[in-house]
Amino acid sequence: MADKAWTIAVLSGKGGTGKTLVSVNLAAAANEAVYLDCDVEEPNGHLFLKPEVSGEETVTVKIPEIDAARCTGCRKCVEFCAFHALAFVGNKPLLFDEVCHSCGGCALLCPANAIRETGKAVGTVSSGISEKVIVYTGRLNIGEASGIPVIKALLQKISNKQDRPVFIDCPPGSSCAVMESIRDADFCILVAEPTVFGAHNLAMVHELVTLFQKPCGAVLNKCLTSENPSEAFCVEHGIPILARISFDPELGALNSEGKIAVRESERFQALFASLLERIGKEARHEAASDSQR
Amino acid sequence: MKITIPMNEQDLNADVCPSFGRAPYFLFCDTDTNETTWLKNSAAESSGGAGIQAAQILADNGANALITPRCGENAEKVLRGAKIAVYRSTDGTAKQNIDALKAGKLQPLAEFHAGFHGHGG
Repeated sequence: MADKAWTIAVLSGKGGTGKTLVSVNLAAAANEAVYLDCDVEEPNGHLFLKPEVSGEETVTVKIPEIDAARCTGCRKCVEFCAFHALAFVGNKPLLFDEVCHSCGGCALLCPANAIRETGKAVGTVSSGISEKVIVYTGRLNIGEASGIPVIKALLQKISNKQDRPVFIDCPPGSSCAVMESIRDADFCILVAEPTVFGAHNLAMVHELVTLFQKPCGAVLNKCLTSENPSEAFCVEHGIPILARISFDPELGALNSEGKIAVRESERFQALFASLLERIGKEARHEAASDSQR
Repeated sequence: MKITIPMNEQDLNADVCPSFGRAPYFLFCDTDTNETTWLKNSAAESSGGAGIQAAQILADNGANALITPRCGENAEKVLRGAKIAVYRSTDGTAKQNIDALKAGKLQPLAEFHAGFHGHGG
């Protein structure tokens, strides 16, 4: 790769298209790489990479803590909260922390200084190593509504690791969590299935990356010899097709055994190495045309 | 006793609204004076925490009882704090439900559903 290692986000409009397959194999093919599992509601990259875990940190969000002795019951905090995370019953504020958006307004506003912000654990980020791949896994605690704080904590991990390529395994779909995950990406890989439904979901993520002005390319997974609606979508919208992965029983078997195809077979090593090279070319081309703009 | 019922329209002979937090109107009925009043539910359009805010409206308007087919956990916490009893509505109009409560024929609502906070987007 050139001067700077790329940050590559792998996303898809639906689950089960092969985001994790593509990202763990790309990271393994790149060898000295960073793999970030941003699918914090159901992280599964670790099942394949099986990292030797070296640490785990807790991710917290700020929520108000109300000092009942100081509270005068003026109700200013309740009136201010745009998210209705505070109710006013029995002449005192009642907090609903899962509704709180951590804006801190109630603490700023309280005339009696009865509110201070305190940390509430919402998930974890674990670090580990798999051969030469640095693996970060984000996990959202069960019952928490938003994975964004965990994704933010994950992305902080890569800010000073730009000597290695980073592969971000995104959550499925095109929600806020996906937008957060691709924020720092130089290039987006859209993984798509060869079905009408697959093409529909590809259209959704393509719309998202276009909105965020991210250069992108598609990996067509589970390809058969029959017509591929996702391929037709790529042709129609000028999306470069980076690779076609066939509907392959050997790949399926390796994957279902939790193995990384690149580490098991030369054929797949060659496939993902060439995909890696192609991504490098596309990203460099985009960077060059970007600087000309 | 001041009873509240979530309603789709301002009509005593209309059915009870299936949603509490996002009902367009609240009917307040004072069983001592038989006086009824209607209140537009300002929580109905809120992006989140509608149940909490709706329960707050009931608390601020001095309700003692709520008749509703369903209610969320967060709203229940506010209602409990404000000592508002929650009864399960039966099929039928608001008026029939008020009469049923007066006759002691309504059961307390026993199950409160989890919220949908932050989901779907």
